[in-house]
Amino acid sequence: MQRLTIDDLKKIKERYEATFTLRHGNHRARVIIHMGTCGISAGARTVMSALVEALAENDVKDVIVTASGCAGFCSKEPMATVEITGQAPVKYCQLDAVKIKRIFTEHIMGGDAVQEYALVMGSENSY
Amino acid sequence: MEDLSLHILDIAENSINAGATKIVIRIAEDPGSDNYSLSVEDNGHGMDGGVLLKAEDPFFTYDGDKNKSKSKKQKKRFGLGIPLLKQAATECGGEFRLDSEPGKGTTLFASFRFGHIDRKPLGNIGATMLSMMCGHPEIRYVLFYDINGGPASGSSFHYGFDSDALKEALGETPVNLPEILLMVRDAINTAVMEGRDQTKTAIKSHNRV
Ligand SMILES: Nc1ncnc2c1ncn2[C@@H]1O[C@H](COP(=O)(O)OP(=O)(O)OP(=O)(O)O)[C@@H](O)[C@H]1O
Ligand SMILES: [Mg+2]
Repeated sequence: MQRLTIDDLKKIKERYEATFTLRHGNHRARVIIHMGTCGISAGARTVMSALVEALAENDVKDVIVTASGCAGFCSKEPMATVEITGQAPVKYCQLDAVKIKRIFTEHIMGGDAVQEYALVMGSENSY
Repeated sequence: MEDLSLHILDIAENSINAGATKIVIRIAEDPGSDNYSLSVEDNGHGMDGGVLLKAEDPFFTYDGDKNKSKSKKQKKRFGLGIPLLKQAATECGGEFRLDSEPGKGTTLFASFRFGHIDRKPLGNIGATMLSMMCGHPEIRYVLFYDINGGPASGSSFHYGFDSDALKEALGETPVNLPEILLMVRDAINTAVMEGRDQTKTAIKSHNRV
């Protein structure tokens, strides 16, 4: 069982200071998880946890994960918007832990959007 | 909403939307007096009397100055978060209160009969903290988790978490690094489990905590 100790924090700090990238804004991607009541009750928290786990497992520090409100497609929640730097954003819907991990591998790391789960391609202003 | 920690996440999202910079969450399990209570207190922009009255109404969403002209978003959307929690509390023989002062902040309080058959379990409160700190790392989150074991157990348990204390220990390292978020999640869930072990509340309530 894990306990948060000062030693653990020190180790993370040291590793972070050796590799930091996020601080100066040159990130690979930004992922927005929709966290309205509709999203939360449909499983947005599980999706966010799974994505954070995938980032930690693969030691990825240049992906920003953030939260936004309801996107107006309540029946399609949980949803996430993936913005790869320099590409059109992709909105994914009806996500779960397995789907977001596949999106992580294929889209965020691999650069190919997972068409099967995508809602709209490139319409970032519909929410 | 499956568990109380999801309600907490949902209510805290309201605080975040209200521009809060600090959110204090209190969870108190008191099986001896058959009470389970939680509150979420924020320093956001608050609500005036009219909004406050309507906030407990399903199908009400107030978007404030963001939507001066009653855009399609405001017409289509309806607020469910507060009514859902209010319903969950009152159905379980508990109480619900929403207090707010414009410009000062808002406090939501909900209680349940601890042993009520429909009282939802707390669930993954660690994942709720992870989600909030990941989504909005700039906000200060304080969590108090208390168990009063009651006469049968004779012990109580108190746990506190403050994201600002963690930030201070981290220095320059951001609090929303994936491995830090996972540690926070696991540390909080471990504390909850230890508290229940110590006070034997898990056994007493047939693991429905
Ligand atoms: N902490 C708060 N501070 C200020 N205003 C709040 C707060 N909580 C709720 N409100 C107001 O009450 C309204 C209703 O809240 P409720 O959570 O029920 O619905 P919502 O957040 O609008 O939508 P949903 O939760 O369904 O995504 C909000 O739109 C907001 O105007
Ligand atoms: Mg809400």
